[in-house]
Amino acid sequence: MEAHGPHSDDDLVRLLTHTGERVSRPDFDRYAEDLDAATLRAMWHDMSLTRAFDLEATSLQRQGELGLWVQSLGQEAAQIGSGYAMNGTDFVFPSYREHGVAYTRGVDLPEILRIFRGLQHGAWDPEAHRFHLYTLVIGAHSLHATGYAMAMDRDGLVGTGDPEHDGAVVCYFGDGATSQGDVNEAMVFAAVNNAPIVFFVQNNQFAISEPVTRQSRVPLAQRGAGFGIPFVRVDGNDVLACYAVTRWALERARSGGGPVLIEAFTYRMGAHTTSDDPTRYRSRADEDFWAERDPIARLDAYLTSLGELGDDAREAVAVEAKELGRRTRETVRSWERPAMTRMFEHVYAEPHATVEAERAWFERYERSFADQGVHA
Amino acid sequence: MTQMTMAGAINRGLRAAMDRDEKVLLMGEDIGQLGGVFRVTDGLWKDFGPDRVMDTPLAESGIVGTGIGMAMRGYRPVIEIQFDGFIFPAYDQITTQLAKMHYRSNGLINLPVVIRVPFAGGIGAIEHHSESPEALFAHTAGLRAITPATPQDAYDMIQQAIASPDPVLFFEPKARYWDKGEVDETRVSAQLDAEDGPSVATAEMSRGRVARQGADVTLVAYGPTVRLALQAADAAAADGTSIEVIDLRSISPLDSATVVRSAKRTGRVVIVHEAPTTYGPGAELSARVMEQAFFHLHAPVLRVGGFHAPYPGSKLEHEYLPNLDRVLDAVDRVMTH
Repeated sequence: MEAHGPHSDDDLVRLLTHTGERVSRPDFDRYAEDLDAATLRAMWHDMSLTRAFDLEATSLQRQGELGLWVQSLGQEAAQIGSGYAMNGTDFVFPSYREHGVAYTRGVDLPEILRIFRGLQHGAWDPEAHRFHLYTLVIGAHSLHATGYAMAMDRDGLVGTGDPEHDGAVVCYFGDGATSQGDVNEAMVFAAVNNAPIVFFVQNNQFAISEPVTRQSRVPLAQRGAGFGIPFVRVDGNDVLACYAVTRWALERARSGGGPVLIEAFTYRMGAHTTSDDPTRYRSRADEDFWAERDPIARLDAYLTSLGELGDDAREAVAVEAKELGRRTRETVRSWERPAMTRMFEHVYAEPHATVEAERAWFERYERSFADQGVHA
Repeated sequence: MTQMTMAGAINRGLRAAMDRDEKVLLMGEDIGQLGGVFRVTDGLWKDFGPDRVMDTPLAESGIVGTGIGMAMRGYRPVIEIQFDGFIFPAYDQITTQLAKMHYRSNGLINLPVVIRVPFAGGIGAIEHHSESPEALFAHTAGLRAITPATPQDAYDMIQQAIASPDPVLFFEPKARYWDKGEVDETRVSAQLDAEDGPSVATAEMSRGRVARQGADVTLVAYGPTVRLALQAADAAAADGTSIEVIDLRSISPLDSATVVRSAKRTGRVVIVHEAPTTYGPGAELSARVMEQAFFHLHAPVLRVGGFHAPYPGSKLEHEYLPNLDRVLDAVDRVMTH
């Protein structure tokens, strides 16, 4: 962890210190004003459940029930905070680690695991949740998000002044993605078209093993300047601040003000995936430094100091988390392997002769075993 | 019937598609006021305005990627890639995103995006302006790849591609842009106005056609080489060899059924395309003919195409490309085998 320099945590928008004390930021305080105790408790609840789910999924991978798992551990404030700033008129393009955002968009968390159990590549209805599918090619979705935002503008869904009507796109990606050509092209297209889009970078300090110093010599948010896109750096482990800056950015985008770039400065407390081994590239001291900045503990401390969170609430969430874990395990284990012909479905919207021919051959081939009584 | 060039026919087809469906948008570099470097979009910017004929930033991946996002909201982007060799910055968006979104979404998302690619050589151009990359896209499930050889097909197939719910690579043989032909503009309109128009159109644009009937050799071509194949048939006829010319029209799907039917009658097949023969469309077609018509063949299936070398400087391109001599040489070899 650098104490100074372009990738330090100096000058972040912060409304809660890492020990949970509320501090003022005159330019952003008003965007957090509507967060009453009940809403803050709901955020804390959602962050806690997201983490419980994440840990359960990690266990399931270790037990061989999932091929891979991608942890969101440590990024709950960035995800829940920004998620709470959106509404149903907005549309989200996640990367592949946004389980907390998925939760705020109404995706039933265990359903995400269909992807990681290898059943299918997409596991929810994007339109129903206004939450697009995960994209694994780093940064590729930033262009889809920009095009979608351009189309929203074209459809008259921006700048009418009606909060029930106006919307914007939020596009998530990580620090590594900022080096991709597609992300840079997305910012070019968003800027020249004044597209209603918020680019939300979760700078979790690592692209697998590579520290963010391998991606940029300036703070990632400053990339916005070259594109003419307003930008802000926020403490990504401060849920109040993440909410406030996203609300600011969304209000600007929905009203026709164009794109915004947010860098949420956070830390990937877990591994990149269950296949990764962070002990090879980062120190225990760094992990300890960030453990003291745990986003859930921070909100817990703040709510406790307000007298708005007690052991009864903690116990209730622990019970709920345990139940979610049980349901996740049972749901995942109940999923059967799909029918083998599933691989031929939805390759095209209209019939394609090659797919039809190969499917017909494969079905005959499968039946030949049944006819011989080799297997049912 | 109206006489028009292939470029003019595509222009008329784009105009008809834009009139038919206000969700149809054109995106690309220099397609607006300039009308495209080949003038295929000439006049459309003036009549439909910059919101529907969009001059984009100079970034091919960005064009295709934002086109995908617009298609997710119900638009039908028709993207112009300026030249074949410049499609590669967009290769990732086309193959990992455009091709797979319908599959990834379990059928929930259709991406009716058309990518127009002026392709193939023979025009004396500099590097990257004469390539035939169609096999790279035909190799990717989820994409369709078609190519017209006549003004009539150009007019019909561009509209069918736009109406199709699937992503389509539309390869335009740039050396044939100024070839003229008679075009009937009414038939495809009636087809697309019908309720099942998109399905019927998708099926029709996926089929090959017999461009000339013959008995001794099946000569298969598409796009830029169809005219060459017809010339070869004329020349061979003078020597008493009767050549059947098949214009594939579609590379994905590959209408091998039409070729196999012909091969079973003639017993001899020659495939001619500008793309390199190695792993080219002819390799796939040859394998299918071997699998499905093996005992009808009198000679091995031969391919005539580009070499496994980068497209050369234009002073050498007429030797790199399949020309009349090389096609007739292959015809002689299957006849004398």
